[in-house]
Amino acid sequence: MNHRFPASISMLAAVTAVVLLVATPVFGQASSSAPKAAPAAKKWTAKTPDGQPDLQGFWTNSTYTPLQRPNGVTKELYTAEEAAQIEKQAAERESEQTTPGTIADVHYDFTQFGLDRNQSTHASNMRTSLIVDPPDGKLPPVTPEGQKRQADRAAERRRMGATTDAVQNMPVGTRCIIMAGSGPPMMPAGYNSNYQIVQAPGYVMILTEMIHDVRIVPLDGRPQLPQNVRQWIGSSRGRWEGNTLVVETTNFNGKNPFQNASDDIRVTERFTRVDANTIDYRFTVEDEKTWARPWTAVLPIKKSVGPIFEHACHEGNYGVRNTLAGARAEEKRAAEAAAKNGSK
Amino acid sequence: MRNRFRNSIIAMAALTAGLLLAVLSAAGQTPAYRAPRTADGKPNLNGIWQALNEANWDIEAHAAGFGRVVALGAEDAVPPGLGIVEGGPIPYLPAAAAKKKENFEKRLTLDPEIKCYLPGVPRAMYMPQPFQIVQSAKHIMMVFQYAGAVRTIYMDEHKEAPADSWMGWSNGHWEGETLVVDTTGFNDQTWFDRAGNFHSDALHVIERFTAASRDHINYEATIEDPQVFSRPWKISMPLYRRQEKNAQIMEFKCVEFVEELIYGHLRKQPSK
Repeated sequence: MNHRFPASISMLAAVTAVVLLVATPVFGQASSSAPKAAPAAKKWTAKTPDGQPDLQGFWTNSTYTPLQRPNGVTKELYTAEEAAQIEKQAAERESEQTTPGTIADVHYDFTQFGLDRNQSTHASNMRTSLIVDPPDGKLPPVTPEGQKRQADRAAERRRMGATTDAVQNMPVGTRCIIMAGSGPPMMPAGYNSNYQIVQAPGYVMILTEMIHDVRIVPLDGRPQLPQNVRQWIGSSRGRWEGNTLVVETTNFNGKNPFQNASDDIRVTERFTRVDANTIDYRFTVEDEKTWARPWTAVLPIKKSVGPIFEHACHEGNYGVRNTLAGARAEEKRAAEAAAKNGSK
Repeated sequence: MRNRFRNSIIAMAALTAGLLLAVLSAAGQTPAYRAPRTADGKPNLNGIWQALNEANWDIEAHAAGFGRVVALGAEDAVPPGLGIVEGGPIPYLPAAAAKKKENFEKRLTLDPEIKCYLPGVPRAMYMPQPFQIVQSAKHIMMVFQYAGAVRTIYMDEHKEAPADSWMGWSNGHWEGETLVVDTTGFNDQTWFDRAGNFHSDALHVIERFTAASRDHINYEATIEDPQVFSRPWKISMPLYRRQEKNAQIMEFKCVEFVEELIYGHLRKQPSK
């Protein structure tokens, strides 16, 4: 008897679901089988159920395209043949990066663990550089203040000693605090350049696979965090301009300076879904204390296959422990050898 | 013609909803509160939430107690609480009860929270910091301020946990007003609280989230782990909506704060 009610409820629910499905326009069907139409051919207008342009899903910005245009290259775009050739060479370099049988090979054989970009979805790009403005594809000249800051930071790093002296001397990525993918701006990482976007009314959530960094961007026009509240990922506020999500970020804590910028750096990102499989992502960086002019980069974000697994980086950080322990062991051995020699 | 089709659909939907309500009342399951709906018709659990209790110190009923660090005085003392465990003490197996006691004695060095490790489930739900629910039809995200922990609740494409992890693998579904989340695939590294209550990698957590008003969710979880407990047991507590107009999840990247604790002994010593 008890079981009858749930059965009839679920049947009713099923009927309702079917009816609703028929009545609801087909929104958000961002399946990978959708045609890869050229961006200009048909404007992508899919909306979430509450009417936001739909950016949801699993994505990657993995790319072989460098931030700055390589020296000697003068054009903005490669031909299809050139681009294919460059990708092929880069893929070969990646798979040959270590010598079989060496320690480095065991630790860094990206191909064995499927971490090389060539083995997973990546966002192919005809561009010779991610930077599109300045038109030469290079970062603008650094101001004298910016140069001094860069020199001061380098001097401070030397003063602190070798990276193997203390954990605080190591790069923040090694320490599992933050990596390039989180940004903002969201830059491709060496591997696992994967993201998940989920939208709810008033918010866009961006999960970065590396270090499970999450940015929840409010869209309600609230002010940035107070000036004195600084964060590794800054303070992000967003708004829709037509189909484009515009996110402005300030309030960085200066401990992971993007391209050696100052704490006053402001990053404006624009996310525009252009087809089922692509978000056009561009960002502009403003920091008068570092560059005399703003600069802008463009990189496609491509649909990828989920799900994203937990990247418990800090919890499994044997790298830091072993590096420090190894350095101390070597020092001890050297000291013992010196003492032995001295006593002879 | 179109309009007529739409009208008949609306009429059918209304009829079905009516029938559904009738059936529910007949079964004596009329929910006390009906949550506002998302655009796709599900109870809307979006918001910034936080538990308001002392469970993170000890999920069982406990009197106030000494802290762990003398220098921290009253700041580190344990605030008293009536606990969140339903129906008496946690049913530990004998060997597990001994391990719990040992965990408690060594909590200053063993509690994973001290090392800024991911909190696991259910502990993430009652850490004394807020979390945000970002709800879509396919994925319900729970984003925790503490350690930037995150849970993805898969509402479709359910699958077995592909590997063990700190926060587990969560499959969710709706039962009327209630979000039911079934989580497995845990490792054995997380605790339930600072008092050393623990589990093994056989942990299985079934949670139920039911909106009880605009501003609170009734949360309950059934805990199963045959390697540690003699029977399943339950916890329950309200989760409250953070009311501040400017409420937001802020950054608590605690790795930096624990590096000296974890790696300080491996720091290079000045040469003599």
